[in-house]
Amino acid sequence: MEKPFAITLDPGSSLANRTGSWRTSRPEYVDRLPPCNHACPAGENIQGWLYHAESGDYEAAWRELVKNNPLPAIMGRVCYHPCEGACNRGRLDESVAINAVERFLGDEAIRRGWRFAHGAPTSGRRVLVVGAGPSGLSAAYHLRTLGHAVEIHEAGPLAGGMMRFGIPQYRLPREVLDAEIARILDLGVKLVLNAKVDDLLETMRAGRFDAAFLAVGAHIAKRAYIPAGDSSRILDAVSVLRSMEGEDQPLLGRRVVVYGGGNTAIDVARTARRLGAEEAILVYRRTRERMPAHDFEVEEALQEGVMMKWLSTIRQADEGRIVVEKMRLDDKGFPQPTGEFETLEADSLVLALGQDVDLSLLQGVPDLEIRDGVVKVDSHLMTGYPGVFAGGDMVPSERTVTVAIGHGKKAARNIDAWLRGTARQLAPRHELASFDKLNTWYYSDAPKTVRPVLDILRRQSTFDEVVGGLDEGNALFEARRCLSCGNCFECDNCYGVCPDNAVIKLGPGKRFRFNYDYCKGCGICAAECPCGAIRMVAEQI
Amino acid sequence: MAFQPVKFYQTGTFTVGNRLLAPEERSVQADMARINSLNSGHRACQGCGEALGARYAIDAAMRSTGNRLIAANATGCLEVFSTPYPETSWQIPWIHSVFGNAAAVATGIAAALKVKGHAEVRVVAQGGDGGTTDIGFGCLSGMFERNDDVLYICYDNEAYMNTGVQRSSATPPGARTATTMAVGPQPGNCFGQGKDLPRIAMAHGIPYVATATVADLRDLEYKVARAMSFHGARYLHILVPCPVGWGHGSHETIRIARLARETGLFPVFEAEDGEVTGVSKIRKPVPVEEYLRPQKRFAHLFGRPPRIDIIAGLQEIADRNIRRYGLLDSTD
Repeated sequence: MEKPFAITLDPGSSLANRTGSWRTSRPEYVDRLPPCNHACPAGENIQGWLYHAESGDYEAAWRELVKNNPLPAIMGRVCYHPCEGACNRGRLDESVAINAVERFLGDEAIRRGWRFAHGAPTSGRRVLVVGAGPSGLSAAYHLRTLGHAVEIHEAGPLAGGMMRFGIPQYRLPREVLDAEIARILDLGVKLVLNAKVDDLLETMRAGRFDAAFLAVGAHIAKRAYIPAGDSSRILDAVSVLRSMEGEDQPLLGRRVVVYGGGNTAIDVARTARRLGAEEAILVYRRTRERMPAHDFEVEEALQEGVMMKWLSTIRQADEGRIVVEKMRLDDKGFPQPTGEFETLEADSLVLALGQDVDLSLLQGVPDLEIRDGVVKVDSHLMTGYPGVFAGGDMVPSERTVTVAIGHGKKAARNIDAWLRGTARQLAPRHELASFDKLNTWYYSDAPKTVRPVLDILRRQSTFDEVVGGLDEGNALFEARRCLSCGNCFECDNCYGVCPDNAVIKLGPGKRFRFNYDYCKGCGICAAECPCGAIRMVAEQI
Repeated sequence: MAFQPVKFYQTGTFTVGNRLLAPEERSVQADMARINSLNSGHRACQGCGEALGARYAIDAAMRSTGNRLIAANATGCLEVFSTPYPETSWQIPWIHSVFGNAAAVATGIAAALKVKGHAEVRVVAQGGDGGTTDIGFGCLSGMFERNDDVLYICYDNEAYMNTGVQRSSATPPGARTATTMAVGPQPGNCFGQGKDLPRIAMAHGIPYVATATVADLRDLEYKVARAMSFHGARYLHILVPCPVGWGHGSHETIRIARLARETGLFPVFEAEDGEVTGVSKIRKPVPVEEYLRPQKRFAHLFGRPPRIDIIAGLQEIADRNIRRYGLLDSTD
C-alpha cells in the first residue's frame, strides 16, 4: 500500500486489543428468587406470570399461573396473599396488588372459556383422592396433567370442601367456585359425590388404585365446656357456615355472640350481620394483637358493625343471656381470670374454637403416626404407609386454602415420582432477591390501584362480593408495577451503560451475554441493573 | 423539554430501553444495531465516564445526521485512549488535532464542506475540560463568536486526567489534585476561581447550549438530537466522572454523576440564544455530603476534625444552582 508521508503502519482497529485481560472480577447474569415466589405457599411463579401480564398477554399469564395453581379465580379472592407482604415494591411505595391481578386473570379465564392443556401421555396408573377440597382438587389436577387416572371420593353432596362449606359467599361467589372445579373435572378427573371413605385400604383394593392422596380436611368443630341452661341456643361455626349452603338458613336470632378469635369466628359474625342480626358480638379471651384472624378481616368486620369483646371468656350460657368473665394477660401473655363478671344479652352463641380432623377412614391402615389429631407425613407428604399421601388441614400446617393447594401440588409430584419408582429431585433454590440487590432509581413511583370496595351498607345486607375486581386497564397498570426482582426483564441497562461495548444484546426474549474479550470488570452493569440480575465474581488469578 | 412523561410504571423511562416500549421510544443505546462509534478495545480505565459519554453523544449525533458526521478531537484522555497509533476505536471519520485547536479545526472542516457543497455532512468537535476551558478556550470562543456550524462537546471530568490529575479551570473548590494538594489552611482547590463554561457559552448568544451527565442517557440523547436540529455554533457540556482521578469505585461512575445532579452541584439545563429554556428537576434531593463522601479527592474534608466550613461552602454552591435554575419542583 502506498502510504502518506511519515506513515509506516496500516490503520488498525482497537479490537486487536483484548482489554478483557485487565479484569479482576467478572460480571455474570443470574436469576434470583423473587420474594413473592419465595413467600407463596402454593409455589406459584408469580413473577413469571406477571411478566406475561405486563405485555398484555393475559392468556399466557394465566397458563403460567395454572402450571402451579389450577384455581386462580378462587385464590384471587380468598388467599391471604403472603406474596404482597414480601413484595420488595412495598419498601418503595406500596406492594404490587398481586392478588387482584391473579383474580383478574382467573375471571378473564372463566369469561373467555380458557381450558387446561392436556398433559403427559396416559401412564396407566390409578390414584385415589379422598376429599374434593382445595388440596384434593389441586392434587387431582396435577396428577391428571402428569398422565394418571384420578378418582376423587367426596363425602359431601358437592365438591369444594371448606371453600364451599366454610367460606361465606360474600367472599367467594359459588359460580366462580363451580367454574373452576368444572374445568378440572373436564380434564377427565372422575368425581364421586356422597361417597365417604370408611375403610381406605378396602376402597383402594376395590378400585385398583396404585396410590392415594388423603385430604379430608378438618370439619369437626372443637367444643368447650360451657355450663348452659336447657333452653340456651349453642351452635358451632362449622355447622352455621355449612347450613348457609343448604335450603334452610340457620336461625341465629337478633343478638348473636361468637366465641373465638380466628378467621372462622369473623366469618360467622359477618354472616350473622347479613342474616339480619342487630348485634353480632365477638368474644375473645386475648387482645386484638393476639387474634389469629387476619387484620384486614377484623377491620372489615368492624366496619360492618361487628362488635368485639377482647379479654373475655364465656362462663355460662342461659336462655337470652350469657355470662362473660373479664381476663387479663399475665407476664407470659396468657389470659388469666380476674373474677369480674358481666352479662350479655344473646339469642344464640356460636362456638368458633377451631376444628378437628375426622380420621375414621384410617382405621386399619398400619404404620401411621397420628399426633395432636393430625396425620404425620414426611417431607414428600407421604404417610407411614407406602403409597398413601396426605395434605391440607389433616396434616400439621397452617390451615389456609393456599397452603392446601400447595400441598396438593407437592403431593401430586411426589406421587408421580413414587409411581415411577424414582425420588423427586428438587433443583437447588436460587438466592433470594432481597431489596438491597435492587437499584430502585430506575423504578418510577406509582400509587397502588385500590380495589373498589362495595358500599358498606350493601355489604351488611347481602352476600354480594365484598371486594371488587380490577378492570383491564388497572390490571395492566398493576402488573407493570412489578420490579422483576432478581430476574432480567430486558431493560437494556447493562447493554447501554457498558463503557466498553462488552455486553451483547441477543434480541427479544433472549436477554444478553457478556463479551469477556473486552469486559474490563468495572462493575457498572451490576451496579446499574435495576433488578439485581447481575453479580460480580472474583476472577481466579 | 427533555423529560418524557412517565409511561411505564415498571421502570418509567429511566432505563436504557424496555421490552414494553415501542422501538421508536427506546434510546439510541438500546438499539441492537447501534453504531458503537467508540468501539471495544479502547484503553480507557475501568469504569471510564468519558468513554461512556463519548459513545452516548456521538452515537446519538450519528443517528441525528444519518451517519453523515465528521469529528475533530482535542488532545486528552479521549484521544490517547481511543487512538494509539496505528489502532483506533473510532468507527466514524475522525481527525486528531492538537490540544488547543479542536474548535478551529472543526471550523475549518465545516468551511471546507460548505465550499465543496456537502451541506448535509455535519461536524462535531470534542475534548476534555482542559482542552476546552483552558487550552482551547480562545479557539472555542472564536468559534462561538463567528457562529460556525459546529457542535462542540466538552467531556468534563474536572481535571487533566491524562497527564496525572492536575487542576483545570473546571476543577471544583476543595478537590484534591496533583497540583492542589490537601495541605495547609485551605486544602485542595480554592474557592472563587474556575470557569462556568456553559454560562460563558450562553453569553455568546449562540443558538444552543446544554449540560448533561452520563447518569441520564435519555436526557443526553435528547440534547444531542436537539443540538443537531440547529445550525450555527452549539455547545454541549457533559459531566463524566473519572474513577481514577476522583477516587471512587469503577462501578460508581453513573451513581456519582447522578449524585452530582441530585445535589444541585451540577445543574442540568438547556438554553437557546442565551436564555435558559428548560431544566432537569432534581428527583430526590440530597445534601452535597452524599456526593463528596465516596470520592477520595474530597476525603480530606471528612478527616478529624472535618472541614465543615468547606463542605458548607460547596453546599452553598449547590443551593445557588438550585435557586438560579429552579432545580426543585415548587410543589415539593
